[in-house]
Amino acid sequence: MNMNDILLAVLVIFVAPVIGCLYAGIDRKITARLQGRVGPPLLQPYYDVRKLLSKDNLVVNPSQNFYVVVYVAFLILSLLMLVLKADILMIIFVYTVSSIALIVGGMSTGSPYARIGSSREIMAILAYEPILILYALAIYLLTGTFKLSALVNASTPLLMYTPLIFIAMIVVLNIKLKKSPFDYSTSHHGHQELVKGMTTEYSGPGMAGIEIGHFYEYVFLTGLIFVFWAVNPLIGVLISAAAFFLVTLIDNITARVYWQWMLKLSWTLLLAISIVNIAFLYFSGVKIV
Amino acid sequence: MSLAKSPWIIHVNCNSCNGCDIEVVACLTPLYDAERFGVLNIGTPKQADIMVVTGSINYKNVNVLKNIYNQIPDPKVVLAVGACASTGGIFHNCYNVIGGVDQVIPVDAYVPGCCPRPEAILDGVVAALSILENKKKGNIKGKEVKLKGKEVPSNA
Repeated sequence: MNMNDILLAVLVIFVAPVIGCLYAGIDRKITARLQGRVGPPLLQPYYDVRKLLSKDNLVVNPSQNFYVVVYVAFLILSLLMLVLKADILMIIFVYTVSSIALIVGGMSTGSPYARIGSSREIMAILAYEPILILYALAIYLLTGTFKLSALVNASTPLLMYTPLIFIAMIVVLNIKLKKSPFDYSTSHHGHQELVKGMTTEYSGPGMAGIEIGHFYEYVFLTGLIFVFWAVNPLIGVLISAAAFFLVTLIDNITARVYWQWMLKLSWTLLLAISIVNIAFLYFSGVKIV
Repeated sequence: MSLAKSPWIIHVNCNSCNGCDIEVVACLTPLYDAERFGVLNIGTPKQADIMVVTGSINYKNVNVLKNIYNQIPDPKVVLAVGACASTGGIFHNCYNVIGGVDQVIPVDAYVPGCCPRPEAILDGVVAALSILENKKKGNIKGKEVKLKGKEVPSNA
Protein backbone atom coordinates (compact mmCIF):
# COMPACT_ATOMS: atom_id res chain seq x y z
CA MET A 1 0.00 0.00 0.00
CA ASN A 2 1.42 3.35 -0.93
CA MET A 3 0.52 6.84 0.20
CA ASN A 4 -2.08 7.26 -2.54
CA ASP A 5 -4.01 4.19 -1.47
CA ILE A 6 -4.16 5.36 2.13
CA LEU A 7 -5.41 8.77 1.02
CA LEU A 8 -8.03 7.09 -1.15
CA ALA A 9 -9.11 4.89 1.76
CA VAL A 10 -9.59 7.88 4.07
CA LEU A 11 -11.49 9.67 1.32
CA VAL A 12 -13.80 6.67 0.85
CA ILE A 13 -14.56 6.35 4.56
CA PHE A 14 -15.60 10.00 4.84
CA VAL A 15 -17.07 10.76 1.43
CA ALA A 16 -19.03 7.54 0.82
CA PRO A 17 -21.67 8.17 3.54
CA VAL A 18 -22.19 11.69 2.17
CA ILE A 19 -22.84 10.29 -1.31
CA GLY A 20 -25.01 7.54 0.17
CA CYS A 21 -26.98 10.11 2.12
CA LEU A 22 -27.60 12.11 -1.05
CA TYR A 23 -28.62 8.91 -2.84
CA ALA A 24 -31.15 8.17 -0.09
CA GLY A 25 -32.41 11.76 -0.22
CA ILE A 26 -32.79 11.70 -4.00
CA ASP A 27 -34.53 8.33 -3.69
CA ARG A 28 -37.10 9.74 -1.27
CA LYS A 29 -37.55 12.85 -3.40
CA ILE A 30 -38.09 10.83 -6.59
CA THR A 31 -40.52 8.55 -4.74
CA ALA A 32 -42.48 11.56 -3.51
CA ARG A 33 -42.60 13.15 -6.96
CA LEU A 34 -43.75 9.89 -8.55
CA GLN A 35 -46.60 9.84 -6.03
CA GLY A 36 -47.46 13.48 -6.72
CA ARG A 37 -46.17 14.76 -3.38
CA VAL A 38 -43.74 17.54 -2.53
CA GLY A 39 -41.56 15.20 -0.54
CA PRO A 40 -39.05 15.73 2.24
CA PRO A 41 -35.97 17.95 1.88
CA LEU A 42 -32.99 16.45 0.07
CA LEU A 43 -31.01 16.17 3.31
CA GLN A 44 -33.82 14.39 5.18
CA PRO A 45 -31.79 11.13 5.67
CA TYR A 46 -29.07 13.25 7.32
CA TYR A 47 -31.63 14.86 9.66
CA ASP A 48 -32.98 11.41 10.49
CA VAL A 49 -29.55 10.08 11.43
CA ARG A 50 -28.77 13.16 13.50
CA LYS A 51 -32.06 12.83 15.33
CA LEU A 52 -31.54 9.11 15.98
CA LEU A 53 -28.09 9.82 17.42
CA SER A 54 -29.60 12.29 19.90
CA LYS A 55 -32.23 9.82 21.15
CA ASP A 56 -31.95 7.44 24.07
CA ASN A 57 -30.51 4.03 23.39
CA LEU A 58 -32.94 1.30 24.41
CA VAL A 59 -31.60 -2.20 23.90
CA VAL A 60 -33.10 -5.57 24.71
CA ASN A 61 -29.70 -7.25 25.02
CA PRO A 62 -26.17 -5.91 25.36
CA SER A 63 -24.76 -7.48 22.19
CA GLN A 64 -27.42 -6.05 19.86
CA ASN A 65 -25.53 -2.89 18.99
CA PHE A 66 -22.27 -4.79 18.55
CA TYR A 67 -23.73 -6.49 15.49
CA VAL A 68 -24.51 -3.07 14.01
CA VAL A 69 -20.84 -2.15 14.43
CA VAL A 70 -19.83 -5.39 12.67
CA TYR A 71 -22.33 -4.65 9.90
CA VAL A 72 -20.96 -1.17 9.25
CA ALA A 73 -17.30 -2.22 9.65
CA PHE A 74 -17.54 -5.02 7.10
CA LEU A 75 -19.47 -2.80 4.70
CA ILE A 76 -16.69 -0.20 4.90
CA LEU A 77 -14.13 -2.96 4.40
CA SER A 78 -15.87 -4.33 1.31
CA LEU A 79 -16.25 -0.82 -0.11
CA LEU A 80 -12.55 -0.16 0.51
CA MET A 81 -11.60 -3.38 -1.23
CA LEU A 82 -13.80 -2.42 -4.17
CA VAL A 83 -12.18 1.00 -4.47
CA LEU A 84 -8.67 -0.45 -4.12
CA LYS A 85 -9.56 -2.90 -6.95
CA ALA A 86 -9.04 -6.04 -4.90
CA ASP A 87 -10.27 -9.59 -5.47
CA ILE A 88 -13.98 -9.53 -6.46
CA LEU A 89 -14.63 -12.96 -4.90
CA MET A 90 -13.17 -11.78 -1.59
CA ILE A 91 -15.25 -8.58 -1.76
CA ILE A 92 -18.43 -10.64 -2.12
CA PHE A 93 -17.48 -12.81 0.87
CA VAL A 94 -16.68 -9.81 3.07
CA TYR A 95 -19.92 -8.20 1.97
CA THR A 96 -21.86 -11.33 2.97
CA VAL A 97 -20.41 -11.13 6.50
CA SER A 98 -21.95 -7.69 6.88
CA SER A 99 -25.37 -8.97 5.79
CA ILE A 100 -25.06 -11.90 8.20
CA ALA A 101 -24.20 -9.52 11.07
CA LEU A 102 -27.48 -7.67 10.56
CA ILE A 103 -29.39 -10.96 10.47
CA VAL A 104 -27.76 -12.23 13.68
CA GLY A 105 -28.45 -8.84 15.28
CA GLY A 106 -32.13 -9.14 14.36
CA MET A 107 -32.29 -12.71 15.61
CA SER A 108 -30.57 -11.82 18.91
CA THR A 109 -33.32 -9.41 19.94
CA GLY A 110 -35.85 -12.22 20.21
CA SER A 111 -38.74 -10.17 18.90
CA PRO A 112 -40.96 -12.34 16.67
CA TYR A 113 -41.12 -9.58 14.04
CA ALA A 114 -37.33 -9.27 13.97
CA ARG A 115 -37.01 -13.05 13.72
CA ILE A 116 -39.37 -13.30 10.76
CA GLY A 117 -37.58 -10.39 9.12
CA SER A 118 -34.20 -12.04 9.68
CA SER A 119 -35.28 -15.39 8.28
CA ARG A 120 -36.68 -13.61 5.24
CA GLU A 121 -33.36 -11.82 4.81
CA ILE A 122 -31.67 -15.23 4.81
CA MET A 123 -34.00 -16.17 1.95
CA ALA A 124 -32.91 -12.99 0.16
CA ILE A 125 -29.26 -14.00 0.57
CA LEU A 126 -30.13 -17.42 -0.86
CA ALA A 127 -31.72 -15.69 -3.81
CA TYR A 128 -28.98 -13.21 -4.75
CA GLU A 129 -25.76 -14.95 -3.71
CA PRO A 130 -25.54 -17.39 -6.70
CA ILE A 131 -25.91 -14.45 -9.09
CA LEU A 132 -23.14 -12.52 -7.36
CA ILE A 133 -20.86 -15.57 -7.64
CA LEU A 134 -21.66 -15.89 -11.36
CA TYR A 135 -20.91 -12.16 -11.71
CA ALA A 136 -17.46 -12.79 -10.21
CA LEU A 137 -17.04 -15.81 -12.46
CA ALA A 138 -17.82 -13.72 -15.54
CA ILE A 139 -15.08 -11.28 -14.53
CA TYR A 140 -12.69 -14.21 -14.14
CA LEU A 141 -13.56 -15.71 -17.52
CA LEU A 142 -13.11 -12.40 -19.29
CA THR A 143 -9.88 -11.25 -17.64
CA GLY A 144 -8.28 -14.47 -16.39
CA THR A 145 -8.14 -13.13 -12.85
CA PHE A 146 -10.53 -12.24 -10.04
CA LYS A 147 -8.61 -9.00 -9.47
CA LEU A 148 -10.65 -5.94 -10.42
CA SER A 149 -7.51 -4.02 -11.36
CA ALA A 150 -7.41 -5.97 -14.64
CA LEU A 151 -10.78 -4.49 -15.65
CA VAL A 152 -9.61 -0.89 -15.56
CA ASN A 153 -7.14 -1.50 -18.38
CA ALA A 154 -9.48 -3.73 -20.37
CA SER A 155 -9.87 -3.13 -24.12
CA THR A 156 -13.69 -3.25 -24.01
CA PRO A 157 -16.09 -2.67 -21.13
CA LEU A 158 -17.38 -5.66 -19.19
CA LEU A 159 -20.98 -4.86 -20.13
CA MET A 160 -20.36 -5.68 -23.81
CA TYR A 161 -20.02 -9.38 -23.02
CA THR A 162 -22.23 -9.64 -19.92
CA PRO A 163 -25.56 -7.95 -20.74
CA LEU A 164 -27.62 -10.79 -19.23
CA ILE A 165 -25.68 -10.75 -15.97
CA PHE A 166 -26.19 -6.98 -15.90
CA ILE A 167 -29.97 -7.50 -15.99
CA ALA A 168 -29.69 -10.05 -13.17
CA MET A 169 -27.53 -7.62 -11.18
CA ILE A 170 -30.22 -4.92 -11.40
CA VAL A 171 -32.62 -7.32 -9.67
CA VAL A 172 -29.92 -8.16 -7.10
CA LEU A 173 -29.64 -4.42 -6.46
CA ASN A 174 -33.39 -4.35 -5.91
CA ILE A 175 -33.25 -7.24 -3.45
CA LYS A 176 -30.22 -5.91 -1.60
CA LEU A 177 -31.51 -2.36 -1.17
CA LYS A 178 -34.75 -3.87 0.18
CA LYS A 179 -36.87 -2.10 -2.37
CA SER A 180 -40.33 -3.11 -3.42
CA PRO A 181 -41.22 -5.80 -4.62
CA PHE A 182 -38.60 -7.42 -2.37
CA ASP A 183 -38.91 -5.24 0.75
CA TYR A 184 -40.20 -7.89 3.11
CA SER A 185 -37.28 -8.29 5.56
CA THR A 186 -37.39 -4.62 6.53
CA SER A 187 -38.35 -1.56 4.57
CA HIS A 188 -37.56 2.10 4.38
CA HIS A 189 -39.80 5.12 4.21
CA GLY A 190 -43.39 4.98 5.26
CA HIS A 191 -44.26 1.48 4.14
CA GLN A 192 -44.00 -1.04 6.89
CA GLU A 193 -43.50 -4.74 6.85
CA LEU A 194 -44.17 -6.72 10.03
CA VAL A 195 -43.75 -3.65 12.23
CA LYS A 196 -40.20 -2.95 11.02
CA GLY A 197 -38.85 -6.40 10.22
CA MET A 198 -35.23 -7.04 11.17
CA THR A 199 -34.73 -3.61 12.73
CA THR A 200 -37.82 -3.65 14.97
CA GLU A 201 -35.89 -3.63 18.26
CA TYR A 202 -33.26 -1.06 17.32
CA SER A 203 -33.61 2.44 18.68
CA GLY A 204 -31.64 5.68 18.71
CA PRO A 205 -27.91 5.29 17.98
CA GLY A 206 -28.27 1.61 17.02
CA MET A 207 -30.77 2.53 14.30
CA ALA A 208 -28.54 5.44 13.26
CA GLY A 209 -25.72 2.91 12.76
CA ILE A 210 -27.94 0.84 10.50
CA GLU A 211 -28.90 3.94 8.51
CA ILE A 212 -25.24 4.89 8.07
CA GLY A 213 -24.58 1.30 6.99
CA HIS A 214 -27.30 1.73 4.38
CA PHE A 215 -25.51 4.82 3.05
CA TYR A 216 -22.33 2.78 2.58
CA GLU A 217 -24.39 -0.01 1.05
CA TYR A 218 -25.91 2.35 -1.54
CA VAL A 219 -22.42 3.35 -2.65
CA PHE A 220 -21.06 -0.19 -2.58
CA LEU A 221 -23.89 -1.66 -4.64
CA THR A 222 -23.81 1.10 -7.24
CA GLY A 223 -20.05 0.48 -7.26
CA LEU A 224 -20.70 -3.11 -8.32
CA ILE A 225 -22.71 -1.70 -11.26
CA PHE A 226 -19.89 0.78 -11.98
CA VAL A 227 -17.55 -2.19 -12.53
CA PHE A 228 -19.52 -3.01 -15.70
CA TRP A 229 -18.02 0.06 -17.40
CA ALA A 230 -14.88 0.65 -15.37
CA VAL A 231 -12.78 1.54 -18.46
CA ASN A 232 -14.40 4.96 -18.62
CA PRO A 233 -15.33 6.30 -15.14
CA LEU A 234 -17.78 8.88 -16.52
CA ILE A 235 -19.88 6.31 -18.39
CA GLY A 236 -19.55 3.98 -15.39
CA VAL A 237 -21.02 6.60 -13.07
CA LEU A 238 -23.80 7.34 -15.56
CA ILE A 239 -24.70 3.65 -15.82
CA SER A 240 -24.75 3.18 -12.05
CA ALA A 241 -26.89 6.31 -11.66
CA ALA A 242 -29.28 5.00 -14.30
CA ALA A 243 -29.43 1.62 -12.53
CA PHE A 244 -30.15 3.41 -9.26
CA PHE A 245 -32.99 5.38 -10.86
CA LEU A 246 -34.40 2.20 -12.38
CA VAL A 247 -34.42 0.53 -8.95
CA THR A 248 -36.29 3.51 -7.48
CA LEU A 249 -38.76 3.37 -10.35
CA ILE A 250 -39.37 -0.36 -9.84
CA ASP A 251 -39.77 0.34 -6.12
CA ASN A 252 -42.65 2.67 -6.91
CA ILE A 253 -44.50 0.75 -9.58
CA THR A 254 -44.55 -2.69 -7.99
CA ALA A 255 -46.24 -4.21 -4.96
CA ARG A 256 -44.59 -6.45 -2.41
CA VAL A 257 -44.41 -10.15 -3.33
CA TYR A 258 -44.08 -13.36 -1.34
CA TRP A 259 -40.52 -14.45 -0.66
CA GLN A 260 -41.27 -17.67 -2.56
CA TRP A 261 -41.91 -15.56 -5.64
CA MET A 262 -38.48 -13.96 -5.32
CA LEU A 263 -36.74 -17.34 -4.94
CA LYS A 264 -38.57 -18.62 -8.01
CA LEU A 265 -37.58 -15.55 -10.03
CA SER A 266 -33.93 -15.61 -9.06
CA TRP A 267 -33.37 -19.36 -9.17
CA THR A 268 -35.11 -19.91 -12.49
CA LEU A 269 -35.07 -16.88 -14.74
CA LEU A 270 -32.14 -14.87 -13.37
CA LEU A 271 -29.92 -17.88 -12.75
CA ALA A 272 -30.77 -19.26 -16.21
CA ILE A 273 -29.87 -16.06 -18.08
CA SER A 274 -26.69 -15.71 -16.00
CA ILE A 275 -25.66 -19.27 -16.80
CA VAL A 276 -26.41 -18.70 -20.50
CA ASN A 277 -24.13 -15.67 -20.35
CA ILE A 278 -21.40 -17.65 -18.53
CA ALA A 279 -21.70 -20.51 -21.05
CA PHE A 280 -21.27 -18.04 -23.92
CA LEU A 281 -18.15 -16.61 -22.30
CA TYR A 282 -16.77 -20.08 -21.58
CA PHE A 283 -17.28 -21.59 -25.01
CA SER A 284 -16.43 -18.52 -27.08
CA GLY A 285 -13.29 -17.92 -24.99
CA VAL A 286 -13.38 -14.14 -25.41
CA LYS A 287 -10.91 -12.10 -23.39
CA ILE A 288 -11.00 -8.37 -22.80
CA VAL A 289 -7.42 -7.92 -21.62
CA MET B 1 -33.15 21.58 15.86
CA SER B 2 -32.26 17.98 15.12
CA LEU B 3 -35.46 16.52 16.55
CA ALA B 4 -37.86 18.95 14.93
CA LYS B 5 -36.69 18.09 11.44
CA SER B 6 -37.48 14.41 11.54
CA PRO B 7 -40.39 13.53 13.81
CA TRP B 8 -41.36 9.91 13.43
CA ILE B 9 -44.81 9.10 14.70
CA ILE B 10 -46.36 5.93 16.00
CA HIS B 11 -50.10 5.74 15.69
CA VAL B 12 -51.90 3.93 18.52
CA ASN B 13 -55.57 3.14 18.09
CA CYS B 14 -57.29 2.75 21.48
CA ASN B 15 -60.77 1.56 20.48
CA SER B 16 -61.25 4.52 18.18
CA CYS B 17 -64.21 4.42 15.81
CA ASN B 18 -61.76 4.68 12.86
CA GLY B 19 -62.88 8.22 12.04
CA CYS B 20 -59.72 9.79 13.46
CA ASP B 21 -57.57 6.97 12.09
CA ILE B 22 -58.76 7.69 8.57
CA GLU B 23 -57.87 11.35 9.09
CA VAL B 24 -54.41 10.42 10.43
CA VAL B 25 -53.83 8.29 7.34
CA ALA B 26 -55.11 11.14 5.17
CA CYS B 27 -52.20 13.26 6.47
CA LEU B 28 -49.80 10.93 4.70
CA THR B 29 -51.56 11.08 1.34
CA PRO B 30 -50.27 13.30 -1.49
CA LEU B 31 -52.82 16.01 -0.70
CA TYR B 32 -51.49 16.78 2.81
CA ASP B 33 -48.07 15.06 2.51
CA ALA B 34 -46.84 14.98 6.10
CA GLU B 35 -43.48 13.70 4.85
CA ARG B 36 -42.51 17.21 3.71
CA PHE B 37 -41.93 17.93 7.42
CA GLY B 38 -39.93 14.70 7.69
CA VAL B 39 -42.86 12.93 9.36
CA LEU B 40 -42.83 9.17 8.92
CA ASN B 41 -45.45 6.81 10.23
CA ILE B 42 -43.12 4.29 11.80
CA GLY B 43 -44.29 0.85 12.90
CA THR B 44 -42.22 0.28 15.99
CA PRO B 45 -42.36 2.36 19.21
CA LYS B 46 -38.59 1.95 19.64
CA GLN B 47 -37.93 4.35 16.77
CA ALA B 48 -40.79 6.77 17.34
CA ASP B 49 -40.71 10.32 18.73
CA ILE B 50 -44.37 11.30 18.72
CA MET B 51 -47.11 9.01 19.94
CA VAL B 52 -50.40 9.77 18.22
CA VAL B 53 -53.28 8.28 20.19
CA THR B 54 -56.83 8.11 18.88
CA GLY B 55 -59.87 6.87 20.79
CA SER B 56 -60.78 6.74 24.46
CA ILE B 57 -59.06 4.51 26.99
CA ASN B 58 -60.92 1.54 28.39
CA TYR B 59 -60.02 -1.21 30.81
CA LYS B 60 -59.06 -3.60 28.04
CA ASN B 61 -56.47 -1.47 26.26
CA VAL B 62 -55.00 0.59 29.10
CA ASN B 63 -52.08 -1.77 29.66
CA VAL B 64 -51.31 -1.92 25.95
CA LEU B 65 -51.18 1.87 25.83
CA LYS B 66 -48.87 2.08 28.88
CA ASN B 67 -46.65 -0.64 27.45
CA ILE B 68 -46.21 1.14 24.11
CA TYR B 69 -45.60 4.45 25.91
CA ASN B 70 -42.84 2.87 28.03
CA GLN B 71 -41.10 1.48 24.96
CA ILE B 72 -40.62 4.85 23.24
CA PRO B 73 -37.12 6.19 23.94
CA ASP B 74 -36.79 9.72 25.37
CA PRO B 75 -37.36 12.47 24.38
CA LYS B 76 -40.96 11.72 23.44
CA VAL B 77 -44.29 13.53 23.26
CA VAL B 78 -47.86 12.28 23.27
CA LEU B 79 -50.45 13.78 20.95
CA ALA B 80 -54.10 13.05 21.72
CA VAL B 81 -56.06 13.21 18.46
CA GLY B 82 -59.82 13.60 18.54
CA ALA B 83 -62.48 14.24 21.15
CA CYS B 84 -62.33 10.70 22.54
CA ALA B 85 -58.57 10.75 23.10
CA SER B 86 -58.74 14.23 24.65
CA THR B 87 -61.59 13.75 27.11
CA GLY B 88 -63.35 10.48 26.44
CA GLY B 89 -65.72 12.19 24.03
CA ILE B 90 -69.18 10.72 23.66
CA PHE B 91 -68.02 7.63 25.55
CA HIS B 92 -66.90 9.55 28.67
CA ASN B 93 -69.50 8.03 31.00
CA CYS B 94 -69.50 4.49 29.68
CA TYR B 95 -69.09 1.72 32.25
CA ASN B 96 -65.93 0.41 30.56
CA VAL B 97 -64.23 3.72 29.68
CA ILE B 98 -61.56 5.32 31.86
CA GLY B 99 -61.59 8.58 29.91
CA GLY B 100 -59.09 10.55 27.87
CA VAL B 101 -55.48 9.54 27.30
CA ASP B 102 -54.30 12.00 29.99
CA GLN B 103 -55.92 9.83 32.68
CA VAL B 104 -53.22 7.24 32.06
CA ILE B 105 -50.13 8.80 30.47
CA PRO B 106 -48.94 12.44 30.31
CA VAL B 107 -50.28 14.17 27.19
CA ASP B 108 -48.37 17.10 25.67
CA ALA B 109 -50.76 18.31 22.98
CA TYR B 110 -54.43 17.87 22.18
CA VAL B 111 -56.12 17.98 18.80
CA PRO B 112 -59.86 18.34 19.47
CA GLY B 113 -62.58 17.55 16.97
CA CYS B 114 -64.82 14.68 15.99
CA CYS B 115 -63.10 13.92 13.87
CA PRO B 116 -60.31 16.54 13.49
CA ARG B 117 -59.41 17.61 9.98
CA PRO B 118 -56.01 16.51 8.61
CA GLU B 119 -54.85 20.14 8.73
CA ALA B 120 -55.59 20.20 12.46
CA ILE B 121 -53.66 16.97 13.02
CA LEU B 122 -50.67 18.31 11.09
CA ASP B 123 -50.92 21.49 13.14
CA GLY B 124 -50.88 19.36 16.30
CA VAL B 125 -47.77 17.49 15.11
CA VAL B 126 -45.99 20.76 14.33
CA ALA B 127 -47.01 22.11 17.77
CA ALA B 128 -45.61 18.95 19.36
CA LEU B 129 -42.24 19.55 17.69
CA SER B 130 -41.36 22.59 19.83
CA ILE B 131 -42.36 20.63 22.95
CA LEU B 132 -40.08 17.84 21.77
CA GLU B 133 -37.20 20.30 21.37
CA ASN B 134 -37.82 21.76 24.84
CA LYS B 135 -37.82 18.29 26.34
CA LYS B 136 -34.47 17.57 24.70
CA LYS B 137 -33.01 20.87 25.91
CA GLY B 138 -34.30 20.46 29.46
CA ASN B 139 -33.43 16.76 29.43
CA ILE B 140 -36.96 15.94 30.55
CA LYS B 141 -37.54 12.21 30.64
CA GLY B 142 -40.94 10.60 30.45
CA LYS B 143 -41.61 8.67 33.64
CA GLU B 144 -42.14 4.98 33.28
CA VAL B 145 -45.84 4.25 33.70
CA LYS B 146 -46.38 1.19 35.87
CA LEU B 147 -48.48 -1.57 34.42
CA LYS B 148 -51.20 -2.88 36.69
CA GLY B 149 -52.37 -6.44 36.70
CA LYS B 150 -56.03 -6.42 35.87
CA GLU B 151 -57.59 -3.03 35.44
CA VAL B 152 -61.20 -3.00 36.66
CA PRO B 153 -63.64 -0.17 37.27
CA SER B 154 -63.46 1.06 40.88
CA ASN B 155 -67.20 0.61 41.38
CA ALA B 156 -67.30 -2.91 40.01
